[in-house]
Amino acid sequence: MSLRQSVALPEGLVAVVKRDCPTCELVVPVLEQLANQIGLTVFSQDDPDFPAGVENKHFDEDLSVSWHHTIDTVPTLLAVENGKEMARTVGWSRSHWESVSGVSGLGTELPEQRPGCGSLSVDPSLAADLELRFGDLNFSARRVEFAALEDTHEALYDRGWTDGLPVVPPSEARVLAMLRGTSRSPDEVIATVPPDLAPCTVEKVAINAVMAGCRPEYLPVVLAAVEAVCTETFNMHGLLATTMPHAPVLVVNGPIADEIGMNSGNNALGQGNRANSTIGRAVQLVIRNVGGGRPGEVDRAAFGSPAKVGFCFAEREADSPWPPVSTMYGFEPGTNTVLAFPGEAPRNLVDQLSRDPESLARTYAANLISIQHPKLVLGFDAILAVAPDHSRVFSEAGWSREQLTERITELTVRPGSELIRGAGDIPEGIPEAMKDLDLPKFRPNGLHIVHCGGAAGLFSAIIGGWVNGDMGSNPVCVEITP
Amino acid sequence: MTKVLDPTNEATPTDIPRVARPESLEGLTVGLLDISKPRGDRFLDRIEERLVERGLRVERFRKPTFTKPAPVDLRHEIATKCDVIIEALAD
Repeated sequence: MSLRQSVALPEGLVAVVKRDCPTCELVVPVLEQLANQIGLTVFSQDDPDFPAGVENKHFDEDLSVSWHHTIDTVPTLLAVENGKEMARTVGWSRSHWESVSGVSGLGTELPEQRPGCGSLSVDPSLAADLELRFGDLNFSARRVEFAALEDTHEALYDRGWTDGLPVVPPSEARVLAMLRGTSRSPDEVIATVPPDLAPCTVEKVAINAVMAGCRPEYLPVVLAAVEAVCTETFNMHGLLATTMPHAPVLVVNGPIADEIGMNSGNNALGQGNRANSTIGRAVQLVIRNVGGGRPGEVDRAAFGSPAKVGFCFAEREADSPWPPVSTMYGFEPGTNTVLAFPGEAPRNLVDQLSRDPESLARTYAANLISIQHPKLVLGFDAILAVAPDHSRVFSEAGWSREQLTERITELTVRPGSELIRGAGDIPEGIPEAMKDLDLPKFRPNGLHIVHCGGAAGLFSAIIGGWVNGDMGSNPVCVEITP
Repeated sequence: MTKVLDPTNEATPTDIPRVARPESLEGLTVGLLDISKPRGDRFLDRIEERLVERGLRVERFRKPTFTKPAPVDLRHEIATKCDVIIEALAD
């Protein structure tokens, strides 16, 4: 007997009903017939006097019987022998009710069958509370109680747990519902979060995801993103501690993006989509709360950027001329992945006149070369977000992502003599020793071309990278698992 | 009453007091840590000159990259060899 069935059922026939269900109303004559002929115990979920004609009835007011016996639908008819459930049927079906009860000629005036209604014990607004009351889940996190006279939102802010915007209070019921978004165990440690190098469980991520405003179905993306940014390769510690304004920029690929309602189209890099807005924010709250990374403390950014509130979007795969950007990391198209890229806020790039790929590539190169400083090369990766009005130019010409990347790279090549310290009367630049080399802006695989944005607008967008490579950070792409 | 779950790591920070500053550098070994930021070495070269002029012993150290915490072995070496440390944050 499972734990969930530890509330015993009476012997014989048992029916679970609610007055609010038309099918339960429909079967009242059958319930009376069974009660009179062979005996029946009725549990009513919403009205202690329902059904009036049956004596032996109980009010399942706290839904304990319904929850413990996994009643999903009302009416449910059960046959119990020696405390064990021997048979069950849900809704109304004459043949099934006759089979479970062993009584023939039931409800002859009723239609042959009718579907039932949802049990109150699985009502989405009650399910989490019931699970907390009756289930065996124990949170590891400390419970923090606020006084009746405390304003919850102010109290959460005062404890230093927010990014300055209001958060959703992480009640046990909300965190439990959030944890239903993943099959992973709440106590699984998924990452060591800098700067405090704190072990982070699925439960802690779920708490912060609730606060960020995530829905449970976003949790697998948040978990994967936390795993990605907390790798040695990504170097979240450095990204947080740097005086530069960068933050994890998250790009989601695969069918999960549509399934959870992410935006890859109009205003994809902006506000207004819950998944885009809250997934990146959840990761930042994990860094803040679990990792202890706060602005002005270990976070030494001179400017910071709006990307540090949270920056997440999906690639526009459906009409992309290119395979998903995750294929750069060896994933098959169609795989659910999240790419963590150390980036800054996006800036727009206008070219409304180019209609051939070569001229558009020249526009891209001319703009990309200025990331951080036109004289600093091979130091900074970039995401080039290409909107459909621009990507059409490449798809019509048959340019692959690799071809476009290669052409942009060629077009950014400049002689070292123009880039060294002092050249052009600017002290900033690359070391003198590199003066005889011809150098491109980007290292191999440093440029990430991503298809996204609204259908109208002859624009692309640039998201500049942080110190790339082993001396700083490398982008990390990981699979999202349920 | 509202009850929420703690979103933090719930760790209690251990407060490790700093070693008291010496009254004088006389007879002490001074470590100079370059974090690999541009021109930090220039600053430390000059500090080294001044310290050596005063007859002090100086040890030089360098982090592999400024973007990451100093490796634990380097931290141990500094702690073992030096009485005081000067770090050049640059730029």
